[in-house]
Amino acid sequence: MGAQLSYDIAHLIGATVLMAGFSLLYQRRLFAVLNTFAFQALALAAAAAWQAHIQHAPHLYVTAAIALIFKAVIVPIALHWLVEQLGIHRNVETAMSIGWTMMAGVALVALSILLVLPVTANATALTRESLALAMSVVLLGLLMMITRRNAVTQVVGFMALENGLILAAVSAKGMPLVVEISVAFSVLVAMTLFGIFFFRIRERFDTLDLADLETHRGDRQ
Amino acid sequence: MSAVLWQVLQIVLVIGISPLITGWVRLVKSRLNGRIGASPFQPYRDVYRLLQKEAVVAHSASWVFRAAPYVTFGSVWLAASIVPAFTTNLFLAQAADLIALVALLGVARFWTALAGMDIGTSFGGLGASREMMIASLAEPAMLMVTFSLSLISGTTAPAQIIAFILSGGVGIEVSLGLALAALVMVAIAENGRIPIDNPATHLELTMVHEAMVLEYSGRHLALMEGAGMVRLTLFMALIGGLFAPWGMAQPGDGALAVLVGLGAFLAKCFILATALGVFETSIAKMRVFRYADFLGGALLLGLLATIFLYVSEAV
Repeated sequence: MGAQLSYDIAHLIGATVLMAGFSLLYQRRLFAVLNTFAFQALALAAAAAWQAHIQHAPHLYVTAAIALIFKAVIVPIALHWLVEQLGIHRNVETAMSIGWTMMAGVALVALSILLVLPVTANATALTRESLALAMSVVLLGLLMMITRRNAVTQVVGFMALENGLILAAVSAKGMPLVVEISVAFSVLVAMTLFGIFFFRIRERFDTLDLADLETHRGDRQ
Repeated sequence: MSAVLWQVLQIVLVIGISPLITGWVRLVKSRLNGRIGASPFQPYRDVYRLLQKEAVVAHSASWVFRAAPYVTFGSVWLAASIVPAFTTNLFLAQAADLIALVALLGVARFWTALAGMDIGTSFGGLGASREMMIASLAEPAMLMVTFSLSLISGTTAPAQIIAFILSGGVGIEVSLGLALAALVMVAIAENGRIPIDNPATHLELTMVHEAMVLEYSGRHLALMEGAGMVRLTLFMALIGGLFAPWGMAQPGDGALAVLVGLGAFLAKCFILATALGVFETSIAKMRVFRYADFLGGALLLGLLATIFLYVSEAV
């Protein structure tokens, strides 16, 4: 197998993760958001497995397995369960229109490419491009956290951001396994905490729309 | 000499198999809906029946209304005959590039919209305004796809793009995948398929293309329907040719290669038509106000394709 082909496939899987990030921004229904997130995690697992194959780094297979089991299966199922328990499977409230959000997303991708390419001038082509992709995914996750008003979708944005970090980690050579495992577990813990918070927020304010919290914080009269 | 021959064959082929492709999509949809469905050859009979009928024209119609079917069909047919379907060795291949193709489709759309407004009924105007909204979003996306393809291959002529891809100069390129997704979305919009428009509907609130041609009858309607069928074939040839050009005959190849190209083209058309039928059955039509998001997404995919091209170049 030629180096060009393995490079192209890594590029393609990375771009799939990024496209899933865009389609997260595009979705309007809560369950569709969760399914898209599961798809992104699946693509991430594929990316990690492919990097393990071309870097001859068997510990990355563990990363791929963690991504597959936790992020593509357990977290989406848990969020599905949460949403059903909370009874909020309706449309997602967005703070900005979908069109403007998507445009901001493209601008962020262009920004991350412009930023990463000059900084990593000495790295290999594969690393540079993967880093550009990973940084775009991170920024799209941040954008999702900003533009969504529902707490559940903000958490999905956080998880998508974390997917971007893992993508960056697997494409950089020499990342120790301990770091990846601890990141994966901290996300799982965070997810549990978020679940508890959802129930607490709803119990107290009868809604998961974070705009309603602002009055209690004193931002708005 | 052979270029002229293949060009004539291409002109005859696109009009010859277009009704069959449309009929096949309808058959796939019927079967998936649990109906038996009409034979895939039914559109030929429909067009023949319409051609036998008298064309009834309203008193308020001007010459625009009568000329529109001919102009629309003519420009779509011309556009379809410059897209390489089975061989790139076409007489008109040098004459027209993808930008000219977009312009020809634009002419067809412009005249259809004019005809919709000319007759003075409310549905015609409604359909025309919606069609123009879709066009204003779909055309930039189509041009963006054209630009990213021409940045990869250094030309906007479809024949040379195909030759470049067939020569193996490009690997698995992310930009190509993004451009393909954008082109598929544009093709859905341009052909008035679900989720943008429902080609089978006669419910006035939801229709776009049907609303504009509502007042046509007889040979005029046959031409309008024929233009729609040829446009569908055109986009299948474009998608199959630009993104999966395998089997396509090149200049200098013999008649055998052209036969292989013909077989490959028919196979691609049937795969794409089946996929279209499955896709249309599995999703619902969108609200009109969401078209902007869908086609804006296509435009952004085209834009991303160009951005990624820049990354690949820079690395």
